[in-house]
Amino acid sequence: MIAEYGHVALIVALCLSVAQAIVPMAGSFAGYRTWMRLGHSLALGQLVFVAISFACLTTAFLQDDFSLQYVADNSNTLLPTQFKISAVWGAHEGSLLLWALILAVWSAAVALFSSHLPLVLSSRVLSILGAISVGFGLFILLTSNPFARILPFSPTEGGDLNPLLQDFGLIVHPPMLYMGYVGFSVAFAFAVAALIGGQFDSAWARWARPWINSAWVFLTIGITLGSWWAYYELGWGGWWFWDPVENASLMPWLVGTALVHSISVTEKRGAFRSWTLLLAILAFSLSLLGTFLVRSGVLTSVHAFANDPERGVFILAFLGLVVGSSLLLFALRGPVVQRQKGDAEAVSYSGLSREMMLLLNNVLLISAMAMILIGTLYPLIADVLDLGKISVGPPYFNFFFVPMTLGLMVAMGFAVFSRWKKTDANMLLQKGMVPFLISLSAALILPLFLAESISWATYSMTAVITLGASFWVVTMSLEDLWQKLDRGSSKAASNVSSRLKSLTKLPGSYWGMQVAHIGIAVCALGVGLSSVYDVQKDVRMVPGDRVEVAGYEFTFDNLSFVQGPNFGASRAQISAYKNDRLVAVLHPEKRKYEARNQVMTEAALDAGLTRDLYVSLGEPLKGDAWAIRLHVKPFVRCIWLGGLMIGLGGLLSVMDKRYRRRRKPSTQSSTRSKAAATEATAQ
Amino acid sequence: MHPLRKQRLQLVILLVAAAALVIGLVVYMLRENGNFFYTPAQIISGEAPQSTFLRAGGMVVDGSVLRSDDSLWVQFKITDGVEMLTVEHTGILPDLFAEGEAAIASGKVDENLVLQATQILAKHDEKYTPPEVADAMNAAYKAKQEEQGGSYK
Repeated sequence: MIAEYGHVALIVALCLSVAQAIVPMAGSFAGYRTWMRLGHSLALGQLVFVAISFACLTTAFLQDDFSLQYVADNSNTLLPTQFKISAVWGAHEGSLLLWALILAVWSAAVALFSSHLPLVLSSRVLSILGAISVGFGLFILLTSNPFARILPFSPTEGGDLNPLLQDFGLIVHPPMLYMGYVGFSVAFAFAVAALIGGQFDSAWARWARPWINSAWVFLTIGITLGSWWAYYELGWGGWWFWDPVENASLMPWLVGTALVHSISVTEKRGAFRSWTLLLAILAFSLSLLGTFLVRSGVLTSVHAFANDPERGVFILAFLGLVVGSSLLLFALRGPVVQRQKGDAEAVSYSGLSREMMLLLNNVLLISAMAMILIGTLYPLIADVLDLGKISVGPPYFNFFFVPMTLGLMVAMGFAVFSRWKKTDANMLLQKGMVPFLISLSAALILPLFLAESISWATYSMTAVITLGASFWVVTMSLEDLWQKLDRGSSKAASNVSSRLKSLTKLPGSYWGMQVAHIGIAVCALGVGLSSVYDVQKDVRMVPGDRVEVAGYEFTFDNLSFVQGPNFGASRAQISAYKNDRLVAVLHPEKRKYEARNQVMTEAALDAGLTRDLYVSLGEPLKGDAWAIRLHVKPFVRCIWLGGLMIGLGGLLSVMDKRYRRRRKPSTQSSTRSKAAATEATAQ
Repeated sequence: MHPLRKQRLQLVILLVAAAALVIGLVVYMLRENGNFFYTPAQIISGEAPQSTFLRAGGMVVDGSVLRSDDSLWVQFKITDGVEMLTVEHTGILPDLFAEGEAAIASGKVDENLVLQATQILAKHDEKYTPPEVADAMNAAYKAKQEEQGGSYK
């Protein structure tokens, strides 16, 4: 019965979302405040019913109800409990239900935390969110119902969750990623509401900004977790494959990053208005495109679960409807928004200014996104046009993405010092002098010590460039921070405590920017150095063998058999020595999951900030011999450390005090002048 | 020409030139790095180019997997139901690689029409067959049927 309750709850939620889509919007045009307010209650009601539905599906998993097709396909009585819960979103139907749940959570959050917004705006935002959940509700109920039964002959045992997904990474990665994907729907709804109302100003940007930043934070963390999961769970030590599905998450992130920057210009200076709106529409459209790519089965990928044309057609139609109608609206209303009544004086800025820097950031980010989009869609288009079956390899993506990232990093260093309206070029050059010299010397000298031996043969230009760019970003950021502290402290400046005191006075958004920018540098350092100094050996070993990899000696001590809850595994013990000192004992496994009879490599790693030792078992060869992959990966941790720092930076920015001050809607115009005043003093 | 217009014209020319450069570069890179997929039959018949990087896929033929005793060298055959293609690879095979299952090999075809693979991909999930392989098998199956009897219709 529980599954039927879940199904009914989902239908009720769909009905509520239909009402949420129509009533507040109609009310906002007719001027009925009760209709507009209804949107808030409907959003909360929808959350309750989607949550009930989700809880029912989870219960079905916990009770091993194999009469449900979805449970039978993705669970097993032997599956550990935490994986029974994460199996709820381990495949197509359930992950869509998770999507719907997260959309409901965001809508309810908007409903709860929008009391300071004008009612017309918040009701329209909720109405648009309602329309999106109608689309997803229909999609789930019509094409991907997780509550479908197999009757009367239901199996007594389930087919088990894909072993790759039986991991902590899968428990946290999809919810985080979806929080980001779906979070952009709020940005989208704000943008569409602004276009409908034809009103879009700094106050609007201030309201939308925390929502956009939080969605971006979730997406950042989600992508980082995904990369980390791929690294240790896929078993072969890669952390990014330019797989179409990874690209599908990176594209909204790049646009989201552009949006996070562009909206700051809109908030502070009132410029880039229609551009910001376009980015908000684009970010969500790319999230939907990602869903289409992943869910329609048009792509060959780790994430493609099934081929079902019906689902693909539905999402494609939904995507077309959302993108088409929002772009049409943008075309019709964009000019109205750009030239608003009341600000006759055009927002002007010179060729060298913070606005220009942020514009450059946006151009680079959007170009990077466009290159990835082309590389991702080209195989699909070629297939449709019968040009042959093509896959686009990593060299294409690296060729475009790496130089653009470096360009971004160079600009990033200068950008922290640039001022609104006009920046003195000489000032920038002067500030850049010391960081430039530090970065240059670090870039030239450090590669000598990072390589195994000091010689020209191992001296890597990639390492030089990576180190130079990363040091540049970090030293410029630190110099700016140092000067901000100097200015903040009183005349008896140089004592340390007063400087430390002024640390706390800097606004959260400033800290956010600094932490995120340094995070980019740390991440780039990890990417660059781990790809240059990574040493990998695939070897054939019998117990007792000793192999040297990049200064580490690996010995294959023994092999044993272990029994897990739903798998049996061959487990090797491999010890790593450096200069005859034991560094780590590693236990890589080759598991065989009983229900699916599927073999899986469970890598073992010894993590460290400066290097990872990574060992995985290949396959058994003749006799006692095994194929074994030994990896020494310097600085690979920095990739995810950097990713987390970027996310943390976004979080600090969301927590900035100025977004928490609640204002009455009537003080809208005074808000703007006040904002301008605070901005002027801040500069 | 009016100086303002001249300035605008310069800007437009610059933008067009930049766009042309970027598009040219993208097309070039896609051509360079796009790996075509071929069926074993296409490779054996010589339709596929030699010594260019490509991908080939099919079912691993039962009993065709040969391993070296002292290294990670491995040889196997894949088939689309029409022809068999020999693949050689040195390295570790993916977990779900098995005889009778679908696999995709990427690498270069040498003069003996043997694919020297640098990477072997198997399916990610036991229920999943790569669409390229499924298409190739279906096409081969259809071609066979048509050969055997147009009399069917």
